[in-house]
Amino acid sequence: MTATLPLSDHLPPRSVFATAMRRVFGHHGLMLGGIILVLVALVAIFAPLLAPHDPYAQNLSRRLIPPIWHAKGTWEHVLGTDKLGRDYLSRLIYGSRLSLIIGLSATVISGLIGTTLGVLAGYFGGRTDAVINYLITTRLAMPVVLVALAVASLVGGSLQVVILVLGFLLWDRFAVVTRSATMQVCHGDYIAAAQAIGCSTTRILLSELLPNILNALIVVATLEMAHAILLEATLSFLGLGVPPPAPSWGLMIAEGKQYMFFSPWVIAIPGVTLLILVLAINLVGDGIRDATAPENRN
Amino acid sequence: MLRFALRRLGVAIAVAFTVSLACFLLLHLSGDLATSIAGPEATAAQIEAVRKQYGLDRPLVTQFADWLWHAVQLDFGRSYYFQDRVIDLIASRLPVTMILGGLALAFALIVAIPLGVIAAIKRDSWIDRLALVIAVLGQAMPSFWFGLTLIIVFSVQLRWLPASGADSWQGFILPVVALGYYATPAIMRLTRTGMLDVLGSDYIRTARAKGLRTGTIMFKHALRNAIIPVIALAAVQLGFMLGGSLVIEAVFSLHGLGYLAWEAIARNDYPVMQAIVLILASIYILLTLGADLLNAAIDPRIRVR
Amino acid sequence: MTDHLLEVRDLHVDIPLGHSTLHAVRGIDFHVDRGELVCLVGESGCGKSLTSLALMGLLPSRARRRAAALRFAGAELTTLPERRMADLRGNRMAMIFQEPMTSLNPAYTIGNQLTEALSRHRKVTAAQARDRAVHLLERVGITAAASRLGQYPHQLSGGLRQRVMIAMALMCGPELIIADEPTTALDVTIQAQILHLLRELQQEFGMAVVLITHDLGVVARVADRVAVMYAGEIVETGPVASLFAAPSHPYTRGLLACIPVPGRTRPGEMLGSIPGIVPSLTGRLEGCAFRNRCGEARDACAGPVPWRQGLAGQAVRCVGAA
Repeated sequence: MTATLPLSDHLPPRSVFATAMRRVFGHHGLMLGGIILVLVALVAIFAPLLAPHDPYAQNLSRRLIPPIWHAKGTWEHVLGTDKLGRDYLSRLIYGSRLSLIIGLSATVISGLIGTTLGVLAGYFGGRTDAVINYLITTRLAMPVVLVALAVASLVGGSLQVVILVLGFLLWDRFAVVTRSATMQVCHGDYIAAAQAIGCSTTRILLSELLPNILNALIVVATLEMAHAILLEATLSFLGLGVPPPAPSWGLMIAEGKQYMFFSPWVIAIPGVTLLILVLAINLVGDGIRDATAPENRN
Repeated sequence: MLRFALRRLGVAIAVAFTVSLACFLLLHLSGDLATSIAGPEATAAQIEAVRKQYGLDRPLVTQFADWLWHAVQLDFGRSYYFQDRVIDLIASRLPVTMILGGLALAFALIVAIPLGVIAAIKRDSWIDRLALVIAVLGQAMPSFWFGLTLIIVFSVQLRWLPASGADSWQGFILPVVALGYYATPAIMRLTRTGMLDVLGSDYIRTARAKGLRTGTIMFKHALRNAIIPVIALAAVQLGFMLGGSLVIEAVFSLHGLGYLAWEAIARNDYPVMQAIVLILASIYILLTLGADLLNAAIDPRIRVR
Repeated sequence: MTDHLLEVRDLHVDIPLGHSTLHAVRGIDFHVDRGELVCLVGESGCGKSLTSLALMGLLPSRARRRAAALRFAGAELTTLPERRMADLRGNRMAMIFQEPMTSLNPAYTIGNQLTEALSRHRKVTAAQARDRAVHLLERVGITAAASRLGQYPHQLSGGLRQRVMIAMALMCGPELIIADEPTTALDVTIQAQILHLLRELQQEFGMAVVLITHDLGVVARVADRVAVMYAGEIVETGPVASLFAAPSHPYTRGLLACIPVPGRTRPGEMLGSIPGIVPSLTGRLEGCAFRNRCGEARDACAGPVPWRQGLAGQAVRCVGAA
């Protein structure tokens, strides 16, 4: 027993956190996505300082100037101007505010609705669970784009309406994830232990459950934020989202649509920007999932 | 099996009913329908007239019961704008959307399943990475923008394909690709994970121990099991694509159900909206029900339950 | 020497881990003659299952196999292309696994999975394959064999599934069957039946069997010869009777002391156990791997340990064994 074999080398023990960090920094996707996201957030916050022009200022004598890489481009308008002569770069910069605000707010609302329903279903089970499951099924059967468009059209498109509509439509995944996670946790020994030492139900849920499902929630939140940003762009593109003259990227694509045959960049620029932002959010979500749950990696 | 199917059918009908109710309430509580229909310049008297004419002055319960009673007989009333019967409008537009959705699903499956299988077999190879890039881009790209980009490249620059219209089969190619690409990433990822799981299973080892050829192992033993969850996903994705085809139909001016919905929304044509929501929800419910039954047929273990 | 059905010389199985390599099987030699039942016995993790997979060419893709010789019926398996190896598998050498619950494909009927083993290697009609399947199912003790062919694995119990796995291994009439803990996952009463069946079939068809087990009770009941494995090496080998009568290696003696013997072990009496833990298999291992748990360890145990031939074909790798 005492004579251990000197020639056998053991793997150095590695903590769970260290393993996770190694995966984070070994994972280029998460780094890349994180950097892009931080940059977009900074641009949104400091938009007034960064934008070279007023995003709403029209100048009909300077309509549809092409971007700088084009032969007729000028440094005055690096990304050119739109059909009303508004500076494209400035509109793009201010547009990041809209996308982020809508993405974040809608996600917070849907997250609150979804986690509440999920925790209730998972914790109480039985009839509560059946009812909430039924709600989730019903919600999934509703065509999101159609319902969002119809409501936005009846109420009238505005930033608040878009946020509320998306927030009330995108809670299903939060509910599904929270429900199954709550069920797992509630069958775990430590909930029984917490109950045994006399903790109240609420306290158990807050102190034991939420930290355990936080990772899963963050991953779902990134997915839904990307989803909400894409849907906002879609609603605005169809003319029923954020109303003009707001510099929504989806609206910019809609306004550029009639000129796209001769000036493809009017839809290329906002489209690629949107693509990059959503890509970055997805990369962060995927990266977090990989880093926290290696067994789910795919 | 029959009891399983009947129980699921019961739930499906209940969900369809609930979706109708939810949409009905959403539309009625979002604002005053009579004011919207009458238009911005209408006087109070005109609004009242509209309210009477369309029966909007009755209690909500009565209105819903009335609508539902006719809806189960496939009578959705008349369109406020087109003046035709809603059911005729839908019948004339539905085929375009069904063809678009069906072809888009076929496109997604034909691209996604082989890619997912190869990505699993050749794990971490260049093709696995390519599949990942396709998936990541597909999830991040707004479908309307992808559609517009396809038009610029293939209709304007290359002049290979028409940019709009359903007059010829070529007109369907770009919308099918644009819509199908939306479903590709999810199907591909699920195929890949499913294949990876199955390839590590004991029964694949048994198949190898029998000396079976690689093709038999991959396609008979592995894919059959890996594909089971993909079927359910494909049905769900088809449901989403039919719901989301509105955007693609708007981009390509395809006069399908989605386009009709867009027109109806723009014109406050409330009976048409309500009917389309119910139809799309019912199709989605039927699709998921069909997927469950198909799953049961493929996976003998489910049948017993 | 070359008339052995299976001859293994200096077989290694390495599994690369991140920074080091797990040497799971460390240069073992053994042979199996036609019609012989050889048991590989050892604790879990001693490398016996990997040995069996290495023989069949079924190691997980990241595991590496090397051997001085791996001869089966005159063919050298180490240099055989995968395609030719697949021609042997399920045909002339077959395998039975530990997990009957998961080793059958849930999506196909028993009949389908049985017949495909035969039609892969023989030119037979569907009816012939079916007849063979029914015949073998009956032979392995499954009643109403013909109607079982249409059943799915989940409709059968674990014991029945293992019988199906045995019938599947017999489909092509193999010369060698490798059975990896075939009874471990089963109920005790079923274990005895399956074991008995295996022995019976082996004698009836004149097959050679390599039976992997951790249970010396199993070995005593069915084996002709035994090889005891410890930490990836074979430490003692010999005919079952002489090895059980006169175990030479302290590890073998320790293992034998762990089995209760009917009539000899009194109620309340302590069963033997071997103190200590198996050494890590990652680095190089010199000397006797068992010496940190051995009551008879001495300085010489850290040096090279030669094989010593005993009486009646017994052989042991121990410095102390006289």
